[in-house]
Amino acid sequence: MNDLSAKVDVGAPIGESVRHESAHLHVSGRAVYADDMELPPSALHAAFGISRVAHGRVKSMDLSDVLATPGVVAVATASDVPGENNYGGIVHDDPIFAEGLVQYAGQPLFAVAATSMTIARKAALKAKIEYEKLPAILSIRDAIDAGSYVTPSQIVARGRAREELAKAPHRLQGTMTVGGQDHFYLEGQIAVAIPGEDGTLHVHSSTQHPTEVQNVIAHAMALPAHAIVVQCRRMGGGFGGKESQPALIAAAACVLARKAGRAVKLRLERDADMLITGKRHGFIADYDIGFDDMGRITALAVMLASNCGYSADLSGPVNDRAICHVDNAYYIENIEILSHRCKTHTVSNTAFRGFGGPQGMLAIEQAIDDIARTLQLDPLEVRRRNYYGESPRDVTPYGQYVEDNILGRLTDGLEKTSRYRERRAEIAQWNAANAIVKRGIAFTPVKFGISFNATVFNQAGALVHIYTDGSVLLNHGGTEMGQGLYTKVAQVVAHEFGLPLSAVRTSATDTSKVPNTSATAASSGADLNGKAAQTACRTLRTRLIEHACKTHGVEPHEVKFTKGLVQIGNEQKTFAQLVQSAYQARISLSATGFYATPKIHWDRSRLNGRPFFYFAYGVAVSEVAVDTLTGETQLTRVDVLHDVGKSLNPAIDRGQIEGGFLQGVGWLTNEELWWSANGELKTHAPSTYKIPSVRDWPLHADVRILEHAPNPEDTIHRSKAVGEPPLMLAISTLHAIRDAVAACGTAGAIPDLVAPATPESVLRAIDSLRSTAD
Amino acid sequence: MSEPGVNAIRFVLDGEIVEVADAAPTTTVLEWLREHRQRTGTKEGCAEGDCGACTVVLGELTGSGGDAGMRYRAVNSCIRFLPTIDGKELVTVESLADGDKLHPVQQAMVDQHASQCGFCTPGFVMSLFALYQQQERVNREQVVETLAGNLCRCTGYRPIIDAGCAMREYAEPTRWSRADAQARRRIDAVGALRRVSPLIRPGFWAPMLLDELAAMVEAAPDSLLLAGGTDIGLWVTKHLRELPQIIYIGEVVELQRIENRGGALRIGAAVPLTDAWSAIVAHVPALTELAQRFASPPVRNSGTLVGNIANGSPIGDAMPALIALGAMIELRRGEATRTLALEDFYLGYMKKDLARGEFVVAVNVPVPNTATRVASYKLSKRIDQDISAVCAAFAIDVADEHVVAARIAYGGMAAIPARAKQAEAALVGKAFAEAAFAEAANALADDFKPLSDMRASAVYRLQGAQNLLRRFFLEHATKQVLRTDATEVSA
Ligand SMILES: Cc1cc2nc3c(=O)[nH]c(=O)nc-3n(C[C@H](O)[C@H](O)[C@H](O)COP(=O)(O)OP(=O)(O)OC[C@H]3O[C@@H](n4cnc5c(N)ncnc54)[C@H](O)[C@@H]3O)c2cc1C
Ligand code: FES
Ligand code: FES
Repeated sequence: MNDLSAKVDVGAPIGESVRHESAHLHVSGRAVYADDMELPPSALHAAFGISRVAHGRVKSMDLSDVLATPGVVAVATASDVPGENNYGGIVHDDPIFAEGLVQYAGQPLFAVAATSMTIARKAALKAKIEYEKLPAILSIRDAIDAGSYVTPSQIVARGRAREELAKAPHRLQGTMTVGGQDHFYLEGQIAVAIPGEDGTLHVHSSTQHPTEVQNVIAHAMALPAHAIVVQCRRMGGGFGGKESQPALIAAAACVLARKAGRAVKLRLERDADMLITGKRHGFIADYDIGFDDMGRITALAVMLASNCGYSADLSGPVNDRAICHVDNAYYIENIEILSHRCKTHTVSNTAFRGFGGPQGMLAIEQAIDDIARTLQLDPLEVRRRNYYGESPRDVTPYGQYVEDNILGRLTDGLEKTSRYRERRAEIAQWNAANAIVKRGIAFTPVKFGISFNATVFNQAGALVHIYTDGSVLLNHGGTEMGQGLYTKVAQVVAHEFGLPLSAVRTSATDTSKVPNTSATAASSGADLNGKAAQTACRTLRTRLIEHACKTHGVEPHEVKFTKGLVQIGNEQKTFAQLVQSAYQARISLSATGFYATPKIHWDRSRLNGRPFFYFAYGVAVSEVAVDTLTGETQLTRVDVLHDVGKSLNPAIDRGQIEGGFLQGVGWLTNEELWWSANGELKTHAPSTYKIPSVRDWPLHADVRILEHAPNPEDTIHRSKAVGEPPLMLAISTLHAIRDAVAACGTAGAIPDLVAPATPESVLRAIDSLRSTAD
Repeated sequence: MSEPGVNAIRFVLDGEIVEVADAAPTTTVLEWLREHRQRTGTKEGCAEGDCGACTVVLGELTGSGGDAGMRYRAVNSCIRFLPTIDGKELVTVESLADGDKLHPVQQAMVDQHASQCGFCTPGFVMSLFALYQQQERVNREQVVETLAGNLCRCTGYRPIIDAGCAMREYAEPTRWSRADAQARRRIDAVGALRRVSPLIRPGFWAPMLLDELAAMVEAAPDSLLLAGGTDIGLWVTKHLRELPQIIYIGEVVELQRIENRGGALRIGAAVPLTDAWSAIVAHVPALTELAQRFASPPVRNSGTLVGNIANGSPIGDAMPALIALGAMIELRRGEATRTLALEDFYLGYMKKDLARGEFVVAVNVPVPNTATRVASYKLSKRIDQDISAVCAAFAIDVADEHVVAARIAYGGMAAIPARAKQAEAALVGKAFAEAAFAEAANALADDFKPLSDMRASAVYRLQGAQNLLRRFFLEHATKQVLRTDATEVSA
């Protein structure tokens, strides 16, 4: 069983908890990441030189000492970029190397290539740069006051929110504040650029989006796309941080490689990575909500504003998704959402698991919690009363019908298995008896839209080769960042041919194999690439079946592929034998597959349509203990029931649920990004930026996948996407803390808890409740 | 010194003796593995000891003759300088599997689906491997403690904890079973590296005797004393500093000892934090949590207690407790020795009462008697492996329910670790009761004017410091549950 060389074979791999395709390599140190690849001996190592001011004009930049450093081979600045000095995908406002103007502390101004990384890093510090400092906008509120935005503000409205608010039986206002989050993928950003013959470039990039890296390099190097190959076998984590950002790293490496005429590796060490690259958007939401005596929402007006940093990057789509998740699980008849995309002089924020959705949800979840506290109802009751339901309570503010709602089933199920009610009563007793340690509990739902909002990205390609020994090589546009995509798609392929999983190998994602791909993002990896690969397999299978029919004189339905064998009428052949025979008959054993998600459409200008193929759902109950002397919190128990449709691989799905949940807990509790007054990020390494560690996984955890719930839409084997939705289960933890904090005040009091709920933030919320109670 | 290879760094790797003649003194073990050896299984996630991706295990010879054995401990290879593993066995993630047959630790990780992106995985495997070697049986709490210095961004840790709990349930492997780890051939291989004379290399001296050390430091007063390197390592990897001549104290036998001398523990300057804390905790159980929350196991395996003291950071965790207990340090310069109360060692921000050519030999920690109420609390954003925003320590002598003496010290509240003299004064002579503690808490505002930074604001630091004093009182006076980790969970 301890077999390192071969993969574990299971008969019918769909729905089995097959281990990750690289697990045996991970545990033995044999999995090769970009930084592990053997390079040509002449290869150089690079580092960025960065801006030390948040906003300023570069008066002069003297790099002579940098270049004079022994071991330094090349230095590149904006003027060395042969083509367009930009890596911004949507709006072209992201220079690879800043020129003249710097807009955040950490912005790359130049890059150095040297014989070692240490030499390059030390040399980069020798630049003499003079700035004329300009006033820096550092907060969302300041940006709004200054009218500073990266893209125009958006409004989505339905019904008569303002009039209904004025008439509402009850009405309250509040502000939700949440900070950003660093991805903290364990493997930092990295690219290796290797110059090839005739001006071509071969690039190994740790990227979720090889095609975009290819395109950005092509534009920057003034080359046609066919001259550039971008490859990625695996990433050491992505989480959205390697969607648009790797293009910067790879493009800079290419500029240096071209200049030096040698291979260049540009790896960002941790501090550089955290200073230079974008993060999750911090948000504020000012809400004004009306409701009846039962806690039913009658109207909502909300202003969402996000910190986009200095450039647009993916902020437009991120904020669109925030708009599309302000409703979360709730029907809100009269609603008005105003969304500001604020430009500040900080790093440009980017995609991060959930992509704006979590921030939108936080707004409504807090408003609902406020309603429950005001009316002194159980927050779960208020949530349930507002859930989407039968028509007309089944249409979202952006016009999509919620046809697959299973929240009732999930909620009833978890309420029972978690003993939510009984525990709430026990906790109330505890809190009455204990002054120092307060406990809290919260139940929150997730409804998350699956598909890229922009319809165009919902397409994928795959390439499947069968070799004459019957082994299968699979390639697709999706990238492997740990989420198990290669494993799931290989399962799909093995299943199509009735082969054991060991017969299928997936080769590195490669722009020269499958072109024009979308980012592996929006949780869509398995949905899109699984279907594309299945299509390719079906093409091949049809060819093989036709061949078998011809040679054996049988009908297509008499040919069956199972367990590595092919049943042809009464005869049995091995898969390899059939393949051999097809080869002899000169039948193509290679096929591409393509998939475009059906049913979806989206009007970007009106923010209306059916952006999502379906919704993924989940519910969670968190319980916490809060030390009211210090504000320290502990997540003591979590119960989760999550919807993954018919799981392709329950072990992998569970891994996404648990990992996503804890990542969300980190964001909402201890992960605090902290800038100095002049706009320098001071939390740029794990010594100061605290992601969850092993003790933060709760001692009592009951994480379940909803059984017997196939996706009503025709997805790959009726499964559902699982990458992002579980992150938002962590809202239950924040709300449990809120619940415990509320226990320090009088009944009906609303805590003012700012996320991340660090000990300091919690203590502040407790104190402000206590001082109003006095 | 004419023996061939005597100035080379020598260690055992996969049963072979490796000799490295040409590494710079500050070459890290990680750099050597990845860049010089192309042995890339060990990863870099942070280069500052905080993520554990670079975890390797060091085997050291303990005892001698028939008692000789190997002791395996995890360390962070990213901040460990290569010359400091001279004479040891280096075990990396590539070392464990037997051909294609995975070690139980690895197999358990595979079976529990404990890797996703896999980048953190080699580090987890090595931390668990160290535990596998150290413990016959393991429980969940040990696994969690062991992994405090390993970050995983993908899994949420649950499957890794499960793998740790399951790893001893597999059949003993041929390679790297507990017995194989103690095999004669391993002991002999490492034993053969024992030096008769110190390792002296360009930029790196490793004296073996205290007198040698004293003479070297006096003769080269501008050199840098290196202990565990868990502070110094970062000067190189993070601050890109060029270091002067290094004098490594880890090989000095007299400094490796812990002695119990007349009611005080004398802890030598080369004693790793792991051993120092376990000795202290055995005598002062009230410091158990502090010891456990000090950095992480791999950092504690390299770093020393005296290094923490000598570094003298205002947010160092050992000093408040040691000052509260009345610790004394022994200093030496050439032949001259002196002792000093620890609290008098700190003169100003990172300034110490340490002469040129002088160094710390040991710290003496008095063991408190039963009349002394002792506690130390650490406030940080994360429970494990975090630097304190505030660290408080109390040693309050009580007779007839009255405070007869009070020693209160804080870290994170001033430019140096310092006593809270006015808070102490507010307590002495008073009944051990709420009123006196409330007054003492108010006095803290006169004792300290803390700063705001990324770890906490000044307001929080002061309030936290005051409330920790209150917690100390309540813990000794009430039966209430006072800590979040002590609460029962509704089942
Ligand atoms: C990830 C990580 C987590 C950490 N967490 C904590 C924590 O929770 N709490 C905490 O307090 N610290 C923490 N530290 C800091 C560090 O581990 C401690 O300060 C440690 O005790 C330093 O000891 P060392 O032996 O490694 O010192 P070194 O790095 O070797 O030396 C530190 C300084 O002391 C000097 N020095 C060492 N020995 C002597 C001597 N005998 N005489 C004179 N000078 C000497 C050195 O010259 C140097 O200036 C952490 C460090 C890391 C990397
Ligand atoms: S690389 Fe992170 S601890 Fe060494
Ligand atoms: S598996 Fe990706 S960081 Fe642990």
